[in-house]
Amino acid sequence: MRGSLGGRVAQIVPTLLLVTVLVFLLQHLMPGDPASIMAGEEQDPQLIAQIRAELWLDRPLPVQYLHWLGNVLRGNLGYSWRMREPIAHLVAEKLPVTLQLSAMAFCIAVAIGVPTGVIAAVRRNSAWDYLATGVGLAGLSTPNFWLGIMLILLVSVDLGWLPPSGYVPLSEDWRQSLATTIMPAFVLGNAIAAVLMRHTRSAMLTSLDQDFVRTARAKGLSEGRVILRHALRAALVPVVTLGALELGTLLSGAVLTEQVFSIPGFGKLIVDAVFNRDYPVVQGVVLVTATLYVCLNLAADVLYVLINPRLRGA
Amino acid sequence: MSTALAAPTLARARRSPAQVARRRFLQRPSAVGGLVVVVGFVAVAALAPLVAPDDPSATSWSLIRKAPSLLHWMGTDENGRDVLSRVIWGARASLLAGVVSVLIAGGVGVPAGVLAGFAGGRTDAVLSRVVDAMLACPFLILAIALAAFLGPSLQNAMIAIGVTAAPIFMRVARAATLDVAASDYVEAARAVGNPSWRVALRHVVPNIAPPVLVHATLAIAMAIIAEASLSFLGLGQQPPAPSWGSMLNAAQRFLTQAPWLAVFPGAAIFLAVLAFNLVGDGLRDALDPRDGGRS
Amino acid sequence: MRRLLTAAAFCLLAGSAAAQGTPSGTLHIALREDADMLDPTLARTYVGRIVFAGLCDKLFDIDQKLAIVPQLAAGYEWSDPKTLVVHLRPNVQFQDGEAMDATAVKYSIDRHMTMQGSFRRPEISTLDHVEIVDPLTVRLVLKSPSSPFLSQLTDRAGMIVAPKAAETAGKDFALHPVCAGPFKFVERVPQDRIVLERFPEYWDAENIHFDRVIYQPMADTSVRLANLQAGSVDLVEQIVPSDVAAVKRDSRLKLAISNALGYYGITNNVGNGARAETPFGRDKRVRQAFELAIDRTALVQVVYNGMFLPTRQAVPPDSPFYVPQDQPPPRDVARAKALLQQAGATLPVAVDLLTPNSPDVRQAAEVIQSMAAEAGFDVHINTMEFASSLDTAQNGNFQAYLLAWSGRADADGNLYSFLYTGQAQNYSHYSDKTVDALLDQSRAVADVGQRRDLYAKMDAQADQDLPIIYLWTPKNIVGMTAKLQGFRPVPDGMIRLQGLAMAK
Repeated sequence: MRGSLGGRVAQIVPTLLLVTVLVFLLQHLMPGDPASIMAGEEQDPQLIAQIRAELWLDRPLPVQYLHWLGNVLRGNLGYSWRMREPIAHLVAEKLPVTLQLSAMAFCIAVAIGVPTGVIAAVRRNSAWDYLATGVGLAGLSTPNFWLGIMLILLVSVDLGWLPPSGYVPLSEDWRQSLATTIMPAFVLGNAIAAVLMRHTRSAMLTSLDQDFVRTARAKGLSEGRVILRHALRAALVPVVTLGALELGTLLSGAVLTEQVFSIPGFGKLIVDAVFNRDYPVVQGVVLVTATLYVCLNLAADVLYVLINPRLRGA
Repeated sequence: MSTALAAPTLARARRSPAQVARRRFLQRPSAVGGLVVVVGFVAVAALAPLVAPDDPSATSWSLIRKAPSLLHWMGTDENGRDVLSRVIWGARASLLAGVVSVLIAGGVGVPAGVLAGFAGGRTDAVLSRVVDAMLACPFLILAIALAAFLGPSLQNAMIAIGVTAAPIFMRVARAATLDVAASDYVEAARAVGNPSWRVALRHVVPNIAPPVLVHATLAIAMAIIAEASLSFLGLGQQPPAPSWGSMLNAAQRFLTQAPWLAVFPGAAIFLAVLAFNLVGDGLRDALDPRDGGRS
Repeated sequence: MRRLLTAAAFCLLAGSAAAQGTPSGTLHIALREDADMLDPTLARTYVGRIVFAGLCDKLFDIDQKLAIVPQLAAGYEWSDPKTLVVHLRPNVQFQDGEAMDATAVKYSIDRHMTMQGSFRRPEISTLDHVEIVDPLTVRLVLKSPSSPFLSQLTDRAGMIVAPKAAETAGKDFALHPVCAGPFKFVERVPQDRIVLERFPEYWDAENIHFDRVIYQPMADTSVRLANLQAGSVDLVEQIVPSDVAAVKRDSRLKLAISNALGYYGITNNVGNGARAETPFGRDKRVRQAFELAIDRTALVQVVYNGMFLPTRQAVPPDSPFYVPQDQPPPRDVARAKALLQQAGATLPVAVDLLTPNSPDVRQAAEVIQSMAAEAGFDVHINTMEFASSLDTAQNGNFQAYLLAWSGRADADGNLYSFLYTGQAQNYSHYSDKTVDALLDQSRAVADVGQRRDLYAKMDAQADQDLPIIYLWTPKNIVGMTAKLQGFRPVPDGMIRLQGLAMAK
């Protein structure tokens, strides 16, 4: 653990600032002149000059950066070139969809990964262990868009159990919503399940060896109770904190999963923006995900310190 | 674990660490299996012109979407091209992307990590903050953004993946450097008066090679999936050059009529990535005996 | 895990069974891509017109025989070759309660003419001004006689917007459009859905049998098909030929196939900015070689199962303006190579092909790439989302552009704006005095036979210069649930909601 809690919180400020600088610089990789693109069909030089002034494009770079940062802090992420819609609106519309998907994916990952990891640890070096580790490795190695396509082939086309694509919001029809999101959530959660399984296994192995567990065993508690009460509780700590870190994997995976299942979420937003050559949206997505990730990492660190009493003193 | 080490350490001291590692590696069937598959893929990719039955770009308007047969072991695609040949040539794109991206990532990240770990102080703080900022963004999203700005092509995809993967290499190299720098002989070398860069080159770098190598192998696996992902989205290898990812993209349209178009390229990605992961895991266990039990 | 899945499956079945018992009243339509701005003055996309069919009524409409029928207008007459008098339908309301009258019509048409960024202006450029005769009569005075003018009023140029709403919203009208169509705007989530709700005071309300319409863009052809098969959408405006067999096999679905009005072709940059300064853009022999390298019949066979028609003209074969003598040349790689040699082009000739991002069009681009390679062309496929590709082409940032045009009832609608000097959709910036003169002449003439002869002469010139290489004439293939009754397949491909109902 790096330093105290207060130190940890203070550390994210320079990190976040650096993130904004990086994202701002990304903007200057953008091909095309934003002003002439916004001017549209007329290409009137006067209009273009006017737009440049409006967008502060004629000022020096650091000034532009501060202006842009100021806007961002006030919630103004700029406008989409394609839809002329505020990017903040697009984010507010699409992010919840991806978050719903990610939450479901994480639940599925925990439901699969943790029990499997526990069994693998408890039955260490047995057939179960090898099987679990093998399946876990296979899960990590499967490209999730391929898994998605194969699942669609099997479950939707061959068996006809679930709709192959599309998305119904939870608020509209919870049954249809579940039907449209369960496959993508499974695909998304699949890789995380594998990672969770490995970490649960090694955390369980470590805690099963520890003194307080041996003491509990010596006291005569049944094996099952030992596992449940002590080992599992100790093992869940790294697992829970790992969850926040895996948000990055979830968001990356969401890009592909949403593409395969045609889900209008955050991931699909950036892919569509790329083919729209809508660079402000690309930039906005990068900024939002990075900020989310940094904050979630911080939350994970805080959680870790809070849960693990032995670290509080540090 | 700790009690059992005393006697064997003395006996093993006579063999070099590399030999020990190799023996441990070869004792694991999964690692060996993975290595065989990796070598197989590399061979196929290198010898693609000789191994592929047909020209992967040779369209044939009469052979559209034919199922696997003796003539075309993996069938033909929507433009009449032989899928097997395309999978074989696709191996070139994927493996090249995997290796080159990792070379870029390592080439940038490892020196940065060694510098940060060795120099410490302000340099370390600055570099670590920059790396934190870069790692803040989910890998694929940053890769997509970069590929979007640079323009879609295999080279740009490799650059995008390399740049996005560099921060993790930096972290790995930095952590390993810190470990090694604290060891006795490095401190001794410094105390004697050797210039830092010399100490770094002669003592630190060779000793951080194991963890960096392990990470590099696993990173190749990750890079292969990343290239396939970018190509799947249309941002990597451009047509008509084959890539496993772009083949999967085209396959989506014909899922009901020609499922083999989706099965084979995806299986290829899966096998290649699995193989590299097995080798990486095997290397990790072989080179770092402190990691208890199996993986 | 499996028990969970089975439970979910049961829930789904139960849910859908329940849904069938009580009709939902919502019509789900899948579009091939997302519409651009929902403002009739600023809109450019084909799918946007499909949405407008539910949202904004027009002065006139066309029927299945391409005859002009009244919609917001009740009738018309030409008081002289330059003056069109339009009589409006009485008692029509806009979706915000405003009355649809001559003032509103004048406002809308003036808006089409004067608003910055208007894409309707070039369509009705012959209009001089609009006069209000009385609350239900307007007079449109043209600068010069134009026989195709009336047909422009059967599309977006004839769409009338609510004046007060448009005035207040200005450029943001697209975010909440208010018109006089059967359904009013509820919400729009970009790249996801456009939701419209029944407008009870619609003038033709008895013919509307749905409470809501939801348009969903689904760029992937297999996704559209899968959704149709699963019942999540009721109608798909474009089923690609490779999916036709699957729809035919499914007894719960049916197809409506009609001849379309438009074409698919490659628009070549011959004068639009720096990117025209290439052998491909400067020398027509290079373009002719490119055309000769393409086997249209094989292309259509591979990509579209032979369902579409290879062509060399902008108008479809069943149009009265079609010139039967102008047939596409068969593939001739040897002659193509010879032409390239004559032109002194260094091989391979690089051609950057701007390609809209739909799977079938991408495949067509790949086929063209492969065919052209044999003649010595190195085609690079540049994929871009459709609406963005229109912007790119406009800015001249392309060499060749695989573009479709949905087509208009009158041949002028397929030709004038694309080939006449300086016109808005002339992305290639082609400029030829003979062609200009012939196009102007054909507008001034009313007789179909005479016009066709003029077009024949124009084709002869254009076939040499090749500003556009016409490739094939598509068909409208609409897939829908078998329970949907009353669908009228009109060649313009629009999904008209009047008379459409779900059988119980």
